[in-house]
Amino acid sequence: MAGYTPATSDDQAAMLAAIGIDSIDELFAQIPDAIKLDRPLDLEDGLSESEVYKRLASLAQWNQDAEEIPSFLGAGMYDHYVPAIVDAITSRSEFLTPYTPYQPEVSQGGLQVMFEFQTAMSELTGLPVSNAGLYEGPSAAASAAYLAMSATGRTGLVASRGVHPHSRETLATHAVGFGAELTEVPLVDGLTEAAALEAAIDDTTAAVFLQNPNFLGSVEDIERLGEFATSKGALLIVAVDPMTLGILKPPGECGADIAYGEGQPLGNRLDFGGPSFGFFCAKQEHIRRMPGRIAGETTDVDGRRGFVLTLQTREQHIRREKATSNICTAQALNALGALVHLSWLGKQGFIELGELLARRTAFARDTIGALDGFELLHDAPVVREFAVRSDRPVADVIHMTPDPAQPGPHIPVYPLGRDYPEYEDSFLVAITENRSVEDINELAHVLQHGQAGWGEFIHDHDENGNALGENGLVGATQGGEG
Amino acid sequence: MSDAATLTETPQQADRAVTIYEKSVPGRRAAQLPPSGVEETPIEELIPSHLLRETPAELPEVSEPEIIRHYNRISRRNFDLDTGFYPLGSCTMKYNPRLNERVAALPGHARLHPATDPADAQGALELMYLLQESLSEICGLPTVSLQPSAGSQGELAGLLLTRAYHKDKGRHPTKVLTPDTAHGTNPASVSMAGYEVVKVATNETGGVDMDDLRSKIDDDVACLMLTNPNTLGVFDENIAEMASLVHEAGGLLYYDGANLNAIMGQARPGDMGFDIVHVNLHKSFSQPHGGGGPGAGPIAVSDRVEPFIPRPQVVKAEREGWDEFFDLDYDRPKSVGRMRGFQGNFGVFVRSYAYILSLGGDGLSEASRLAVLNANYLKHRLSEGRAGKYLPVAFDRHCMHEFVLSGAPMKKELGIKTLDLAKRLLDFGFHPPTVYFPLLVDEALMVEPVETEAKEHLDEFADAIEKILEEAESDPGIATNAPYTTPVRRLDEVGATRRPVIRQPR
Repeated sequence: MAGYTPATSDDQAAMLAAIGIDSIDELFAQIPDAIKLDRPLDLEDGLSESEVYKRLASLAQWNQDAEEIPSFLGAGMYDHYVPAIVDAITSRSEFLTPYTPYQPEVSQGGLQVMFEFQTAMSELTGLPVSNAGLYEGPSAAASAAYLAMSATGRTGLVASRGVHPHSRETLATHAVGFGAELTEVPLVDGLTEAAALEAAIDDTTAAVFLQNPNFLGSVEDIERLGEFATSKGALLIVAVDPMTLGILKPPGECGADIAYGEGQPLGNRLDFGGPSFGFFCAKQEHIRRMPGRIAGETTDVDGRRGFVLTLQTREQHIRREKATSNICTAQALNALGALVHLSWLGKQGFIELGELLARRTAFARDTIGALDGFELLHDAPVVREFAVRSDRPVADVIHMTPDPAQPGPHIPVYPLGRDYPEYEDSFLVAITENRSVEDINELAHVLQHGQAGWGEFIHDHDENGNALGENGLVGATQGGEG
Repeated sequence: MSDAATLTETPQQADRAVTIYEKSVPGRRAAQLPPSGVEETPIEELIPSHLLRETPAELPEVSEPEIIRHYNRISRRNFDLDTGFYPLGSCTMKYNPRLNERVAALPGHARLHPATDPADAQGALELMYLLQESLSEICGLPTVSLQPSAGSQGELAGLLLTRAYHKDKGRHPTKVLTPDTAHGTNPASVSMAGYEVVKVATNETGGVDMDDLRSKIDDDVACLMLTNPNTLGVFDENIAEMASLVHEAGGLLYYDGANLNAIMGQARPGDMGFDIVHVNLHKSFSQPHGGGGPGAGPIAVSDRVEPFIPRPQVVKAEREGWDEFFDLDYDRPKSVGRMRGFQGNFGVFVRSYAYILSLGGDGLSEASRLAVLNANYLKHRLSEGRAGKYLPVAFDRHCMHEFVLSGAPMKKELGIKTLDLAKRLLDFGFHPPTVYFPLLVDEALMVEPVETEAKEHLDEFADAIEKILEEAESDPGIATNAPYTTPVRRLDEVGATRRPVIRQPR
């Protein structure tokens, strides 16, 4: 059993004597016998540190590291390179181990981080106010819906099917509590169908949800689609991928009332889906309805600049049943990771990263779209992810071993069938700066040669990833050098 | 600022807050990106120009050493658990084992994409399955969903499950009963789930007033939501009776697990009659709190509620070619749906599972026993001397893992408020307890010492309070003007609300 508790038997005896009792059991006397657990918990005995490490390391071996077989999985979370300084800073105990900054005089570091984070997200989205972070992307959508309903006094929610399916499902779950109704608008040629969107919005619509790039990776014309929402008095709520905002027009300049999104691509690990953070930015008029924590600048009694949690009258610990949300965390550590990553990228690097994504994605799209048996699902512009249609069943394509009954691995691309029955024959390919031209060529090879498998490809290349033999790869590689 | 203040200014105070934006110099940079390896096509040829950004986002222009120095520097303006005692009531600030960070950072865990095919994520799914089983045993309830992102999201999930349960039975009750000692998120979650909050009074021993409860139970009650032990540190002996009253009226019982650290291995919410429990992994299971997140709020439920849990659920499934296969089950027709994206805060699950393996069943039970011993010892120390006189315990009986003092006599006799005491504690190097909560105690001070704190630190804390009260007897101004040594002194919070400045101006 781990040595995380300092009380020796002497300490315990001294404490019991001071309290004036004979045993710790007496302290539990207030629990009635009928509900007292009369046996030990049915769990293993405690292990030593090295044993726990080995146990967890052996579980980790059964998980596919996104670098081991280069992953093209995206669908909302992406394998970006996280700079070394992110870990160095977020692992500092002063940021890792404090609680929510309820005592601002001794929490200036964390509060300043929130203030800087708010500034950065506000810059990215082009909206004047930002909170300090929410749980993650999809539940941030539910928070946005709640704000919109309270701001408009309406209950209708309209969402494009280009909005992440997890966000739409989360919205639907929460809508039951809110008393809202969710209507979905289809996609056509990879983009939100404008006429259907217009028809879905009426004067009961509180909010219209769009996503840019949408779930299929297409860049939407938010400004044009958003006019339907604005003209009917509904709020325009846009989900954005932060890594594309170096090149795409920010939601604030497209008329959005609220922008939210999944923050994971910024400075956060994949972690099988969490923890990460959601961001939430809005027009100035919504500042007092914003969910989550907000840090504000102020001064101390001697006139020094300082930061505090502000506008807390909206929050659960003061107004309770009148609170504008029940959210009790800012995912502050994850938001710090994002802030450090953004500071590292800087003004110019952030643009360059967006451009790199767009160019490599265009290359990947051309390369994979040209393979026999595959075609692009649509022609809309893409920036970091795209959908590919396959002649063969997607399950067969991504399963690399000849016998489906054999254990893994699979080609790491995202099958669309579960979320979009209408695209059951298609999958998504996502690109990050971690996926090199060589990786893209490897993917093309494996898709083309199917069950030949990734291992064969790797063995046919030298340590720099250059092709050693003629296996259909060389042409693709040369194409990539253009 | 007066000259006197300048003369007494500490070096930390002299180091004025400067943001990373103010350190920005045009042209400086840290990142060097890899070459794209493809043709440098103008972006306008890839994406129509009317969809492109015209004005760049103003991000800092700084070099890497400046970034490191900036954040390391401001980190020193934070109080943290690894350097000081943090007896924050109901927050359970226990030591965060570094082993947990190490195992969570293993590439197989940290670089696992959430959409990876289950066949290639068996280690993660098995870990989640084992964690579900462990929490199920600790809570005494058969099914666990790991999905909710935090305790408050667990609460909302539990209430949406309650709604789905009643709807399935053709019922539409509208009320949720919560004691006036409830955590602040409870009523907020109730109203977000579309229910009406009905408060239940507290009796003279700190438990639920049973007469008040009886008068409020009818068939319009969807559930009773409470924590046991409650925020006063009191275990409510009447829980079995409460459970049968609510169940007879057709309602459910919801357990707020924020105080689970008091009873692990001693008593289980399921055995008390609860149908839904949320567990704050970041509290009882030793997650670093990160300055306000991340955490996770799994829920454990009874069989009657099981059909409605969020999807997907981690299950053990039959699979050809596999001896044992762990899968994500989406086929749950009565599920409330999703509370969030993907599978939950997996990185938090790895840390909590490592903690459970490290302690084992006996160790978890011992942790609760020592947490309760520490709380009672500290309560005893604070019942002596000046603390006993000016800061009486709100409900004086053996407590569980936390207890509540009232600063009302201190305010009346010494002219210092609980907030002043808290601010003066900062000068002594302690993080203050939770203040002004629970709401029913006048000038409340809620103390939770946890099991990972040594007796010496509890004594030092009690001595500091004694010293502050002694000072205040002769000069209350010392406390009312505190703190003196912190990076900044008392801050103008009202001004910050009136004229919110929430970002660095351009």
